[in-house]
Amino acid sequence: MSDEIVLKTEDLTKHYGGVHALEGANFELKKGEHIAVMGDNGAGKSTFVRQITGVEQRTRGKIWLYNDEVSFAGPLDAREAGIETVFQTLALADDLDVPDNLFLGREITKLDWLGPFRFLDYKAMRAATLEGLEKTAVKIPNIRNSIRNMSGGQRQCVAIARTATFHSRLTIMDEPTAALGVQETEQVENIIRTLKEAGEPLILVSHNMRQVMDLMDRIIVFRRGRIVANLKKEETDGQDVVAYITGAKTGAEFGDAA
Amino acid sequence: MNDTSHGTGGLTFDQSKRTWPNEMNILFALVIIIVIFEILGQVLPYMNGQSFLFDTRGRFDTIFNEARLQIIILQVAIIGIIALGVTQVIITAGIDLSSGPLVAATAMIAMSFGQTELVNGNPNPKAIFGLWAMDLPVLVPVVIGLLFGAMIGAINGTFVAIFRIPPFIATLGMFLICRGIALWWSAGRPVSFPTESYKFLGSGMMPVVWFLSLAVLFHVILRYTVYGKHTYAIGSNEEAARMSGINVKRHKIMVYTIASMLAAFAGVVLSAKASTAQAGMGEFYELFAIAMAVIGGISLTGGRGSIIGTVLGAMVLGVIRSGFTFVKLDGSYQLMAMGSIIIAAVILDQYRQRNRA
Repeated sequence: MSDEIVLKTEDLTKHYGGVHALEGANFELKKGEHIAVMGDNGAGKSTFVRQITGVEQRTRGKIWLYNDEVSFAGPLDAREAGIETVFQTLALADDLDVPDNLFLGREITKLDWLGPFRFLDYKAMRAATLEGLEKTAVKIPNIRNSIRNMSGGQRQCVAIARTATFHSRLTIMDEPTAALGVQETEQVENIIRTLKEAGEPLILVSHNMRQVMDLMDRIIVFRRGRIVANLKKEETDGQDVVAYITGAKTGAEFGDAA
Repeated sequence: MNDTSHGTGGLTFDQSKRTWPNEMNILFALVIIIVIFEILGQVLPYMNGQSFLFDTRGRFDTIFNEARLQIIILQVAIIGIIALGVTQVIITAGIDLSSGPLVAATAMIAMSFGQTELVNGNPNPKAIFGLWAMDLPVLVPVVIGLLFGAMIGAINGTFVAIFRIPPFIATLGMFLICRGIALWWSAGRPVSFPTESYKFLGSGMMPVVWFLSLAVLFHVILRYTVYGKHTYAIGSNEEAARMSGINVKRHKIMVYTIASMLAAFAGVVLSAKASTAQAGMGEFYELFAIAMAVIGGISLTGGRGSIIGTVLGAMVLGVIRSGFTFVKLDGSYQLMAMGSIIIAAVILDQYRQRNRA
C-alpha cells in the first residue's frame, strides 16, 4: 500500500436549511485502501457520498482527488474525473443489454462527423465489456441479454463492472448488497475482493458488519452528521464498532463530536 | 447463479443465444391473416374460388397478384411515414397526437407554394398567393413544409421536455392548433392545381418509395447510431439516461421534431397524391399511425419497439383493409376488425412478455 492519497476531504459540510446533515468531515483514503463507511440511518453516510460524487453541492469544505483540489458541478464531472459510483438504486436502462448500459452516455463511435447520428462501434464496446467483466470476475451468461431479464445480483454486477471497464480511479459503492440474496451478495463480495487484489481504491457504504469486517481495511463511523471514529480493522471488532455507531463510545480524537 | 467462485467462466457473446426477435411474431401474424383471407376466398360461396394473393388469371408475370400487393402497401404508405416518427416518440415513452392535423396544415401550406400559374390556359382559380408564388421549384414547397413540421415538433418537444407537460396533453393541444391552422390558412377553401413536379411526389408508387426508403433510413438510425441508442435509453429509464450524461431534454426535443417533420412530409406526399389540399385531410391518421406501431409490438411505456415492427404493423393494417374489400365486406366491419386486432395484438404481446420474464 503506497502512501499516495486518493481522496481527501477537509471540513466537508452539508446543511439542508437548518438540518446539519454533514458537519466538518475530514477524511483520507490511501491508494489501494478499502474503507467502509458505517453509521445509523440518517447519520450522514449517503450525504457524505453525495458531496464527493457531485450529486449535491456542499455547503463548505474542500475535496482533493489525487492531490488535485476538485469541485464537481454534477455527477458527470465526478465520473469524468474517475470516480465511479454504484448507487443503491441502479442506474441501468432495463431494455438495453450489458455493453449498451456500460457505455451509455460515452459510447465508442465511428463516423463522428455525423453528430448525433454518428454510428455505434458495437464490436469495440463488446470487446471492452468482456475485458471489464473479466477484470472484475463478473459472470453474466450472455452480455446480449437485456437487463430486464437478469437477476438482482447480475444487475448489480453490471453496475459494478462499469468501474472496471473505465479504469476508474476511485470506486464508491452505496449499499450494493442491501437488496440481494445470500449467493448474489457473495458474488458482489467476490468482485470487491478482486478489486482489492488489483489495488483499486474503494469506499463501501454498508450496514453489514460481517461484510465490512471481512473485506475492508478501515472503518469510518458517522453519527449525527459527524465522523466519530476511524478504526483499523485489526484493532477493532463488531461490538466495538456498534458502540461507536450507537453513541456509547466516541473516538478520542473526535471528542467534540459527542 | 450457483457458481460464485473466482474466475471468468460463463462470459460469452453467443450469436446463437440472441433472443427470438419480437418482429418474427408480427410476421407470423401477418402470414396467418393472409392465409385466412386466402381460405375465405376459397370457401365463401360468392367468391368463386378467387385467390387473395396469388395471380390465378395469368394477368401478371409473377405468381402473385401484383395489383393487390401494390394497393395493400400504397394505402398504408402515407400513414406509414407518420408511423415511423410516432414510433420514435413512443420509444421515449411519449405520444404524438398532433400528426393527423399537422398533415392537413402542412398540405395546405406547402401546396400554396407549389401551385401552377395557368390551368388550361386560365389563371389558377385556387391561387393562394400572387404570381410570385407560382411555378416555384418543387424544393420550395417541400422545404417550407418540412420547416413548418420542424417548428411544430420543436414546440411539442419543448412543452414535453422543458415545461414537463404530459405528452398526451401537449400534443392534444397541438392537435387542435394544427387543425385550426389548416382551416385558417385559406379560410377553409381547398388549395389545388399543383405543378407537375409537385404532383410527381405523390404519383403512382412514389408514396411507397418514400415510405420504404425512410423506413430503411430510420431503421439504421435507431439501431446503429447514438441517437437511436439514447432514444431507447430515455424510454427505458429516463433517470439512468440523465445520470449517464445524456442531455435528455435536448434529445426529446429532437425526437419530437423529427417525428413532426415526418408527418409534415406525409402531408406533402398526400396533397401531391390527391393533387389538392383540404383542411379536413388526415383525419384519424395520428391514431392509425399509433395503431401501426402498437401492432408492431411497441411498448407505450417506452424502451421497446422497432421500425421493422412498425412497417410490419402497417402491412397488417393494409392486408386487413385489402382483405375486407376482397371478401366484399363493408367498411364498418373493417373498422371493427381493425379495432379488435389492435387490442388482440397488445394482449398477446403482454402475455408473451409476462411469460418471458
